[in-house]
Amino acid sequence: MKTLLVIAGGRFRSATLGIILGITVVAAGSLPHPAEAAKTALVLGMNIEPAGLDPTVAAPVAVGQVTWQNIFEGLVTIDRGGRVVPQLAESWTIARDGLTYRFNLRQGVRFHDGEPFDAGTARFALDRARGAASVNPQKRFFAAIQSIETPDPATLVLHLSQPAGNLLYWLAWPAASMVGTRSADSDKTAPVGTGPFKFSSWTKGDRVELVRNPDYWNASLKVPLDHVTFRFIGDPQAEVAALRSGDVDAFPEFAAPELMGSFAGDPDLVTVIGNTELKVVAGVNNRRKPFNDKRVRQALMMAIDRPALITGAWSGYGTAIGSHYTPNDRGYLDLTGVLPYDPDKAKALLSEAGYPDGFSFTIKVPQMTYATRTAEVMQAMFAQIGVTMTIEPTEFPAKWVHDVFTEHDFDMTIVAHAEPMDIDIYARDPYYFGYRNPAFDALIRQIDETTDATAQDRIYGEAQKILASDVPALPLFVMPKLGVWQRKLQGLWPDEPIPSNVLADVNWQP
Amino acid sequence: MIAVLSRRVCGLLLTLLAVSLLIFVVMDVLPGDPAAVMLGTSAQPDTLAALRHAMGLDQPVMLRYGRWLGGMVTGDFGLSTTYGVPAADLLWQRVAVTVPLAVMAILLSVAIAVPLGVMAAARRGRAVDYLAAVFAQFSIAVPAFWVGLLLIILFATRLGWMPSGGFPGWSAGIMPALGALVLPSIALALPQAGVLTRVTRAAVLDVLDEDFVRTARAKGLSHGAVLWRHAVPNALIPVVTVLGLQFTFLIAGAVLIENIFRLPGLGQLAYQALARRDLIVMQDVVLFFAASVIVTNFLVDLSYLVLDPRLAGRAT
Amino acid sequence: MPRSAALSEPAAGRAADRAGHRAPASRVWLRHPPLALGALITVALAAIALLSLVWTPVSPARMQIAFRLQAPLARGLLGTDQFGRDVLSMLMAGAWNSLSIAASAVAIGTAIGTLAGVAGAARRGLIEAALMRGCDVLFAVPPILSAMMLDAFLGPGRRGAIVAIAVFMVPVFARVTGSAARQIWARDYILAARGAGKGATLITIEHVLPNIANPIIVQVAIQLGLAILTEAGLSFLGLGMPPPTPTWGRMLADAQTYLGVAPWLAIVPGCAIVVTVLGFNLLGDGLRDLLDPRAGGRRGLSLPALEPPQTPDRGAP
Repeated sequence: MKTLLVIAGGRFRSATLGIILGITVVAAGSLPHPAEAAKTALVLGMNIEPAGLDPTVAAPVAVGQVTWQNIFEGLVTIDRGGRVVPQLAESWTIARDGLTYRFNLRQGVRFHDGEPFDAGTARFALDRARGAASVNPQKRFFAAIQSIETPDPATLVLHLSQPAGNLLYWLAWPAASMVGTRSADSDKTAPVGTGPFKFSSWTKGDRVELVRNPDYWNASLKVPLDHVTFRFIGDPQAEVAALRSGDVDAFPEFAAPELMGSFAGDPDLVTVIGNTELKVVAGVNNRRKPFNDKRVRQALMMAIDRPALITGAWSGYGTAIGSHYTPNDRGYLDLTGVLPYDPDKAKALLSEAGYPDGFSFTIKVPQMTYATRTAEVMQAMFAQIGVTMTIEPTEFPAKWVHDVFTEHDFDMTIVAHAEPMDIDIYARDPYYFGYRNPAFDALIRQIDETTDATAQDRIYGEAQKILASDVPALPLFVMPKLGVWQRKLQGLWPDEPIPSNVLADVNWQP
Repeated sequence: MIAVLSRRVCGLLLTLLAVSLLIFVVMDVLPGDPAAVMLGTSAQPDTLAALRHAMGLDQPVMLRYGRWLGGMVTGDFGLSTTYGVPAADLLWQRVAVTVPLAVMAILLSVAIAVPLGVMAAARRGRAVDYLAAVFAQFSIAVPAFWVGLLLIILFATRLGWMPSGGFPGWSAGIMPALGALVLPSIALALPQAGVLTRVTRAAVLDVLDEDFVRTARAKGLSHGAVLWRHAVPNALIPVVTVLGLQFTFLIAGAVLIENIFRLPGLGQLAYQALARRDLIVMQDVVLFFAASVIVTNFLVDLSYLVLDPRLAGRAT
Repeated sequence: MPRSAALSEPAAGRAADRAGHRAPASRVWLRHPPLALGALITVALAAIALLSLVWTPVSPARMQIAFRLQAPLARGLLGTDQFGRDVLSMLMAGAWNSLSIAASAVAIGTAIGTLAGVAGAARRGLIEAALMRGCDVLFAVPPILSAMMLDAFLGPGRRGAIVAIAVFMVPVFARVTGSAARQIWARDYILAARGAGKGATLITIEHVLPNIANPIIVQVAIQLGLAILTEAGLSFLGLGMPPPTPTWGRMLADAQTYLGVAPWLAIVPGCAIVVTVLGFNLLGDGLRDLLDPRAGGRRGLSLPALEPPQTPDRGAP
């Protein structure tokens, strides 16, 4: 019943606006469909339904793609260029030793249920994320926080036990969203945040609906949309049909690159190819023979013709990468030339390592289209240097996490790493690659200890170079962000510095 | 009769209990940790342990089984770990898609099969009979999911007459909701129609051979009258029986069809629950399917007892 | 008028005019066109499947990305897929996978199911009840669901697919053989054999099995068709053989997003499945007409999975 009422309300509002605008338009005599001119509702398509709507208790990116910046906000946020900018914290100072962060919080912010946001709420949200009972998927972000002080309702002070150069960036993530003390426990099914949109309803298996928050704190931002529907359609063919018929206005992450061409020449739709942070990487188990030999890993890397692989697996969309870093990321270096495609050299390296006749191994492949196709192409490419790769489809995420991630029972695997700026995973121990390199670990520590951005960028460059020549995992390509949406729709992010659908300033052109 | 009946009911309950135990054990030993699925690859061990505790997964197996079963008896189907809502709500929402789909498919298959089967029997050996035979053979051999694909190509992609998939929900109105079920129900009905055509034809032929029909014919009743007044009504008994059995197969076949047409039905729920290791929901869905198979079989059995009391004596 | 040309003839009570198995071989084929057609299709497919093990026009795993999505005849007889692999070669190799998986699954299902069926019939009482109850339990879980769970457990691949299909074949065969065997046990000559002091095992081997062979053979042919369909469904869902081994179901699944640009990718494997299942069904129907004319009866189904479970035989005294 609630759903019905909300839909009716949204329709009613747009209808009245339509009439008003319609009169002017008819007077101008330009548009045949006056109702369309005032469109304030958006239907946005996604491939995967989120598992719950609280990004602070669940990892799947779909959760943040619905809620982050729409329902939930953070102390700071990330703009469309990937920069950290103020949000619920107006400003902050960081002590010179990097151990004290002092945030000046915005005044007059309220959650959708009326609860005021202040230092006490912020402290509650952070304590919930880092406490003993925390089920936050990124709990490690908050590990450096030793204590939290709230000298007054507008000031939040974090005391760290060790420097954490990325703390501000992490605080912008969906997992660090600010939640209310009254609503936190029910956020999973009925999220309550401080954002420009309020949760309205969730028809499981089909859609989530949001309505504009009339009391949004940022009065300078006139949120153009008053009703947003996220629809979950997992099949590319149906996505095309939904876009064509107008059932869905936008698919910011269209799932089938091979179908992008079918939108060419469509008068109503535009295609926008952007960048994501999704690094498709063939992870290697560095603990196992023969992958513990750097030459073997390098040989495998040189057996891969990345452009051909991108053509076969993802219809040519996507950018080849030479390390675990994307062109979006600050301090990016193009290192695809470090170990270029060269099957002869690859064979020579294999012989040098003691495998003149190649060897056999198994790759555990999650049952996702990009992974399966990439693995199939790699299989054919490895065969050319005498290496036999057996594909073992592995149910994702459950079995994959169990086998690869927890048990380290794999030779090679392939997966898109979705988290931005996660090059530090190669320094984590334990991690599934089983890669140990003290020089690399030292670089990652340095990044934490440095708060100067330029210096950090330089260190990120060094880290990329080590990965590009050591290849603890074979970097393949960055997934493109294949956006398809109505021509009149403006304001959607073409790139994706963090998985998200930020809708605050999305609007329809008349 | 009552003794037989109570024995059958006991058997039914016993089977259900065995199925529930089987499902629970299978889901429990399945590799993959629901907490890890929820928290992804960056989660720390202590966070995982906290979530497992919150999910109740750190309790002994038998206790969890007992609690699930006990809850079931009192109508509590447990809490979905993915959605955080009662599994029963999810289940009933999905039943509201899958069952109407199966019902539409049955109606459709009956509408095709019964007239065709009767005509084939009435004109045995003539063109209609051969046509029906060819239709039956092909429709049984065609995979339903392929029919679904072809229907999408033709009616949704090429002609644009029908939605290619998705379900607007019953709140969007009866017609749009039924419209979304048309193509899937055709895909689902076709193989069943083949089977039913053969059953109908065979049943009508059987009845036509029986004494009372011969008597009726000897009395001078016309061919058509004999057929429609005597043969068809009597032949419908086996047809209805087969229908009852088919219903469960339709529900199961719906898993694939829902996948192709992206209908938020029980099949998709099962698919998703398994992928996300939403154990409670998966157990509930499988048990629902199993219970519907078992209960329908029971009812069919019962109908045999009623139709043919001779069998009561040798019931096992 | 060869009546059997029409629908699988429901033979109860009308079997007298069709003692086909007494006729010379050549006339068997003429009298039973479905049998002939079914046998022809089956033999041809088996030949193609075996041929694919030693020869295909191109290696089915060979990718030529430069020649991706070529139409039929533009490159190869049936064109190429999204990796530039030869569709005809994949289809041939797919035939081997479909047939071998179906055959293995049915063989396992037949062996275990028959064993359970005859054991139940021989022992009756508690053992039979337990066996039949076990069958009910297995039968109650829809095959696709149990396959999904088995797959998560065993991992996808030949073994997983075979076990998943066999699991739901077992109760089918247990019921068919169980009811047939019970009828045999009620015969006089069994009583005589018992009187002569023969044990249940010996009686089963000497008298029961030879007498129920015909319905089992018919059932095997029909179940093969069902197994092909199930295997296609499983690999369509991504639960079958892993790549690069081509399977018809996965070819269809992969073709889905290419429907607009390469419709042949969806049409060709679908036709292969239809022809194969049709072949087995015709063979099964033909064999039933030939060997087991009484089995048709009212049920007259070629999908024995639809047979009423634990229902006493309607024809039994």
